[in-house]
Amino acid sequence: MIKETSNKSKGKSPSGDSGADHATLSDIFNQDEPRVNWHDETLWFVRTKRDKAVNTIPEWELLRETASQIKHNVLSNLSAYLEQFEEKAIANGVQVHWAADAKEHNEIVHSILKKHSINRMVKSKSMLTEECHLNDYLSKNGVEVIDTDLGERIVQLADEPPSHIVLPCIHKKKEEIGDLFHIHLGTAAGEADPQVLTEAARQDLRSAFLTRRAALTGVNFAVAETGEIVVCTNEGNADMGVHLADVHIASMGIEKIIPERKHLGFFLRLLTRSATGQPITTYSSHFKKPRPGQEMHIILVDNGRSRQLGREDFRNSLKCIRCGACMNTCPVYRRSGGHSYHYAISGPIGAILAPNLDMKKYADLPFASTLCGSCSNVCPVKIDIHDQLYKWRQVLVKEGHVSPVKAAGMKGMAWMFSFPALFNIAGKSGRWFMKYFPFMVSNKLNPWYKEREMPAPPKESFREWYARREKNNRK
Amino acid sequence: MSSRDKILAAVRASQPQLTELPQVNIPQSFDDLALRFTTVATAIGGKVYEINAIEEIKEIISGQFGEAPRIISSFSELGDIAEIDIQTSDPHALENVDLAILKAELGVAENAALWVPEENTMQRVLPFITQHLALVVSKNSLVPAMHQAYEIIGDRDYGYSAFIAGPSKTADIEQSLVLGAHGPRSMTVFILN
Repeated sequence: MIKETSNKSKGKSPSGDSGADHATLSDIFNQDEPRVNWHDETLWFVRTKRDKAVNTIPEWELLRETASQIKHNVLSNLSAYLEQFEEKAIANGVQVHWAADAKEHNEIVHSILKKHSINRMVKSKSMLTEECHLNDYLSKNGVEVIDTDLGERIVQLADEPPSHIVLPCIHKKKEEIGDLFHIHLGTAAGEADPQVLTEAARQDLRSAFLTRRAALTGVNFAVAETGEIVVCTNEGNADMGVHLADVHIASMGIEKIIPERKHLGFFLRLLTRSATGQPITTYSSHFKKPRPGQEMHIILVDNGRSRQLGREDFRNSLKCIRCGACMNTCPVYRRSGGHSYHYAISGPIGAILAPNLDMKKYADLPFASTLCGSCSNVCPVKIDIHDQLYKWRQVLVKEGHVSPVKAAGMKGMAWMFSFPALFNIAGKSGRWFMKYFPFMVSNKLNPWYKEREMPAPPKESFREWYARREKNNRK
Repeated sequence: MSSRDKILAAVRASQPQLTELPQVNIPQSFDDLALRFTTVATAIGGKVYEINAIEEIKEIISGQFGEAPRIISSFSELGDIAEIDIQTSDPHALENVDLAILKAELGVAENAALWVPEENTMQRVLPFITQHLALVVSKNSLVPAMHQAYEIIGDRDYGYSAFIAGPSKTADIEQSLVLGAHGPRSMTVFILN
């Protein structure tokens, strides 16, 4: 069974089509232990770079708190900001579109391309288009899309979704990338030097930039006050695409709005330090008006965001600025890989965004966490990620999206905890079984035993020890 | 009902009670802005020179960017080594530019980002398509942090503008840093006294 899923996982299935859950997909990722260790260490290295950058900023906590409050204000006044943004953008000569869901977003993109008889497009990083499965849609409609961010190009050539929102091919070894480039870009067989491979991609993509008439970008921030959008890249691929194209399409979730231009100061200081430990991305490009002769479109996409806004316990997930810090620090993400989340946005933040779109399909994700809280600690906009993971679990059990076994177990535990005497007996019998019949718990039927040694049972519980001590003291 | 009205109605119905926008001033100072800027710019892969006149650039760059490089600059002082007026409006014609020497309006000491508004780019694509980029910033246009930069930018109108910090780069392959992803392979900053 595992083998079959493993074969599927080479294609697009990690994005959710295989139906396998986080635990199953993690099992596949964990078959190669040295790779898991390498993945773990690489992401932890990025996390430590973040710490180093953050520790040089004495006002870091003030920045986080302020950014968090700005985002709260945005969520509380979003409808007015969206209208203001639209008005300003139109005045800037931009065409503004509204898409209620992924399907409408994809149709709008296609209609713009059709109007210009364009069937080849370059695209810079946009997790929203991953969420909407835009590439699949366009390719079915005869439009070729080339992802131009190097990491995204690599996973596109491998026919895989990105495994991380900032580092799309962090799960790939350079030798595998070398093999892909050998097949698709004609580099020498066995060539795995990142410098050489990057140069090959540069040459290949340069010819794409020079020949494509349409460029799609994501949006990092959209300023209500001015109607401008800001796109952050290190490679310069968004700018190369847009400035050489006749048509610029920018796709954004409605939560990307910030009120004023000066607020960019806070968010640009937080974003990249949190993401990779850089002081800022190489390029922070402010697009306000189309180039003379160029057409510029902005598509405002809801796709479940207004619904999440109405969920009091989960609306704060919309404050996210997509830095990826919660993934880099997460002990589960680092050891299970981005594809195990089978959703466009992986890691802790993905696990609180995905169930909003489809509770049944993503019911496993909020359980893919130890609730250690490290994600909330590093979040630059102070999202209570681990609290929301915990709250999603209650909702999912209540709504009947959790397997009957797990739900019954949780119910049973809750029931038992409410009767101290029963808890006492259960503890005693558990310790007795572990002592005399260890195979009763140390077996394959107990999922907790997997990957773990069960501890030696203590002779007495804390409660027993405490009671004995009290008794002795009284003597 | 259009999607626009549907979305706005749904957002209006879902958004929580209005909270206030914070009014926060982040004080920031570095003793020596140029030193701080230079340290950060170097750390992110750039090269920094202090100059007293634009003409000094000629000697510094001579021989650095190959033989007979195609150079484009917005500085008329460099007219003998660079095209100072791009004749064509087609951005694709800039494909073979080796070096662009342009003016930045502001430099931010905390992250070595330089503010280059559209009118300083000559063509929006130039700072990206050129193989190498050099930006000139005057020493008294250095500010400590992003907050001060946006204070100066204020509500200025522009069609396009960018903060540029260092050369184009990627670490997408096993976190190995490679300079020159799609944009310039190098970044030189001239701080003009």
